[in-house]
Amino acid sequence: MATAKQEIGNGNGSLKYVGTRPWRPDGVDKVTGRAKFGADLSLPGMLVGRVLRSPHAHARIRCIDASKARALPGVKAVVTRDEMPEVPSQWVPAGEVQVNYRDMSQNVMAREKALYDGHAVAAVAATTAAIAKQALDLIEVDYEVLPHVIDVREAMQADAPVLHDDMFTQGVEPTPETPSNVFKKVHFQSGDLDKGFAEADIVVERTFTTKPVHQGYIEPHAVVASAGEDGQCEVWCCTQGQFTVRAYCANLLGIDIGNIRVTPSEIGGGFGGKTVVYLEPVALRLSQLAGRPVKIVMSREEVFRASGPTSGGAMTIKMGATKDGKITAAKAWLAYQAGAFPGSPIQPGCMCVFAPYDIENAEVEGYDVVVNRPKVAAYRAPGAPISEFAAEGVVDEIAKKLGIDPAEFRLMNAAKEGTRALYGPKFGPVGCIETLEAARNSEHYSIPLGPNQGRGIATGFWFNIGGESCATINVNEDGTATVIEGNPDIGGSRASIQLQAAEALGIPPEKVRPLVADTDSIGYTFLTGGSRVTFATGMAAIDAAGKVVEQLRERAAKIWDIPVEAVEWEDGYAKPSGSNAGDFEPMSMAEIAAQAGKTGGPIAATASINAQGAGPGFGTHVCDVEVDRETGRVTVLRYTAVQDAGKAVHPSYVEGQIQGGAAQGIGWALNEEYIYDKDGRLENPGFLDYRMPVASDLPMIDAVIVEVPNPNHPYGVRGVGETPIVPPMAAVANAIENATGIRMTDLPMSPPRLLEALDNGGANGGS
Amino acid sequence: MSSLRFEAPETVEDAVRLLADADGEAMPLAGGTDLLVQLRTDFVRPGLIVDLKRIPALMDVTVNGDDIRVGAAVSGATLGKNKAVTSAWPGVVEALELIGSTQIQGRASLGGNLCNGSPAADSVPALIAAGAVCEVAGPNGARSVPVEDVITGPGQLCLGPGEIVVSFVMPKPPPRSGDAYLRFIPRTEMDIAVVGAGVALTLDEAGVCTHARLGLGAVAPTPLLVEDGAKALIGTKVDDDALANLAAAASAACNPIDDKRGTIAYRVKVAGVLARRAALIALERARSNG
Repeated sequence: MATAKQEIGNGNGSLKYVGTRPWRPDGVDKVTGRAKFGADLSLPGMLVGRVLRSPHAHARIRCIDASKARALPGVKAVVTRDEMPEVPSQWVPAGEVQVNYRDMSQNVMAREKALYDGHAVAAVAATTAAIAKQALDLIEVDYEVLPHVIDVREAMQADAPVLHDDMFTQGVEPTPETPSNVFKKVHFQSGDLDKGFAEADIVVERTFTTKPVHQGYIEPHAVVASAGEDGQCEVWCCTQGQFTVRAYCANLLGIDIGNIRVTPSEIGGGFGGKTVVYLEPVALRLSQLAGRPVKIVMSREEVFRASGPTSGGAMTIKMGATKDGKITAAKAWLAYQAGAFPGSPIQPGCMCVFAPYDIENAEVEGYDVVVNRPKVAAYRAPGAPISEFAAEGVVDEIAKKLGIDPAEFRLMNAAKEGTRALYGPKFGPVGCIETLEAARNSEHYSIPLGPNQGRGIATGFWFNIGGESCATINVNEDGTATVIEGNPDIGGSRASIQLQAAEALGIPPEKVRPLVADTDSIGYTFLTGGSRVTFATGMAAIDAAGKVVEQLRERAAKIWDIPVEAVEWEDGYAKPSGSNAGDFEPMSMAEIAAQAGKTGGPIAATASINAQGAGPGFGTHVCDVEVDRETGRVTVLRYTAVQDAGKAVHPSYVEGQIQGGAAQGIGWALNEEYIYDKDGRLENPGFLDYRMPVASDLPMIDAVIVEVPNPNHPYGVRGVGETPIVPPMAAVANAIENATGIRMTDLPMSPPRLLEALDNGGANGGS
Repeated sequence: MSSLRFEAPETVEDAVRLLADADGEAMPLAGGTDLLVQLRTDFVRPGLIVDLKRIPALMDVTVNGDDIRVGAAVSGATLGKNKAVTSAWPGVVEALELIGSTQIQGRASLGGNLCNGSPAADSVPALIAAGAVCEVAGPNGARSVPVEDVITGPGQLCLGPGEIVVSFVMPKPPPRSGDAYLRFIPRTEMDIAVVGAGVALTLDEAGVCTHARLGLGAVAPTPLLVEDGAKALIGTKVDDDALANLAAAASAACNPIDDKRGTIAYRVKVAGVLARRAALIALERARSNG
């Protein structure tokens, strides 16, 4: 139910295919089981790989004796730290975050220490799964168990067990002389905080915590790797970025990039969690040693114990406002768990915390903290949901104390075109106000509530990114086209690229077949992440289509023997124009393609771009809950999620993204958490006790699309995939507060935690 | 390499003999909805699996005089369609039907649920409330064991080597009887009870409770029969005071642990809440069964 549709700017008043809802190009294969996912490939002579994982949260590895495993008949290779190259520390940008190759290497295979329960310490490749399993049991690892730390605040204490003795906090002056678990400090400031708080009539300060939560993709990590005797390597895997896997494998194993070809499978969910490598370099190393292809598939338990969730966080937010509802100052203190290696999304967390508001005086201080948990990976708007959950709780509380409707209060302070974000840039056209107005004006926002029911509203922000993308369009002999691109399709990007290419070519989308190619079949394309693909790769496809149209016009000009300037391209047809108008019948793409051999050869074009000007995304969610005061159970009764899509290329997919983000956010709010025992072992590595919502837990998520065009894209597109997970935690918390008068500050707001807060009148995680 | 033997006997005697004579660990298989998961995760490594589903006595539902007899391996899907059982003991059937998804319901059984030995088994508190008794067969002959005595600790049963539960026998309830089972899970589906409560009660013509039983799950190392819960209701009109006493008795009977699924304080409180709510449903059913 798209509402508030606006005609697109940028001279595109009449889009024919963009904005329609054709069948998805990958849909039938997925519902019939024909789609090939990561674990579906098998090769002749393929071995089964398995990974041995640390049972300890923190332990020095004194010795690994794999001799018995190596001697077991059927075992063809064993990899431990001794078989993996030692990689020097090197930070490289990876979209919204940075990665360090040394840390990555030590994460895929522990070196001096095992740093979390589930950390890989060895791997085997054997002729059968049973032999591989038996081989793991034969590997003897001598651990010296060390004290461990799981909680972020405890990890920051001076007496905490230190994970890395070469970590001296960056971003503080002077650099500390003793190592700690604090990798870096991030700091943003604008205006005069003291002045701002002095102007405030009301100041609210609160402390919040969130738990690490897993992306929860249905498909576990899976890879087949094959290293040939000539050094040529092939990798097939489920990933959000085949080029990233290629670069990471090359750097971790010392292989030339040109000697590795990576083919992405269909992907059963990623949400950011498949932007890193776990199995790929290990499988490739096993294959090098064994001389045979090696397949490794993680179990769900391995996914939970060893692959990246997002950070848990500890936050303190202080905010002041005047009686008439103007926010005068805001301060945030944020600490994010990075897991065993530095690199939490603290930077984006700091960037986004106050971004929905125009606040003159603000300061954010953030800390990236290592703990004995799996290294975090990106998860949908990495970092933003954590800090914005805290900020939106305080915003709501101030509105309540001032007696101003929470939507109105947000509107009074909303970011708009020209607002300077705390992290630097001035916003261009953005849809913060429009999403708030659509939420406030929705039927949902004004329907009456029953006993023990409450309504919450929250706004969220994500900046979105652009980046490097290639696209190739090949025109086939019959006038159909193939668009080849390099982004694994995690959220409908194939359909949106198909539609954009169809629009630019002027032919129906069913005549344009989209293909996600391997690393040797398309130019470098940065991974699927940052809500960038429909924007950036879509734009590459539009550019490639533009080049194809140029060629089509040239061929028509040649056939008609008129100047190319006298040929225009309209709705998939070449038409003579100007003084030649009406001289010839319009010629279709199929007719031109049929003669391509005679007019200069095949028609094809590639575009390679580094897309700039991704439009930031704002969303506002409205949530109704009912609280069972005797059990602490929260039932989400109704949920409306409004988002600015710039231009919804395939509205069904945009709605799907909005619904998916809201569903994941509700899980994050209510029940999802990692539970560790006193020894730092994960107690709930499975979907039974790691409680993501099931379908019956949620109402229909009503998705409302608002379109404020992004001027930096030909059709006005903004990324949409990440913003929807930002508002839900605060929307749910604000609804619970509205129902009960209790403000829950600690996630998840699970039944035991909420019941305790209700029984204590607000103590322990609520107030 | 270890090997796994699979047998599917057609008589109780053969099943008992296979299990009793096995070297190493032998495990009976009903629906397998617990066992197969445990096998795949290496939680158990038996040398012999004996499938019980080809034995008619374990797959039948019969009504003989005042007794209803349900085979231990009858699936939830089958039992849910049996009018005699669903009208006599709707709470028991509902409890069994709570287990797993539609697909799992095609396999999950009362016998399997009980003999998995979980203190959180959904059907067990309802069976306890219903006063169900297990008919057990073994190498030393048959015996009867009340359901509340079968589980002796988490994963521990009172059954000896070679003993299997063949069927459950429940009385046909008298007029003005009703039962109900409620569980608390944080989600709506696909979860394990944090607390489970089964209540069965009978009223006289004046609406006074003459018989009651309360079973609790997931609040102690074993499912519990709470005698004080029955005492709170018998002789009352199941009014608010009686229900408050029932809730207090339920909470008092709890001996839970803090674990990943709930805290001690939470389980103690919610046991009372659920006992009261289940009693209200049972009461409503009893009143409409006049």
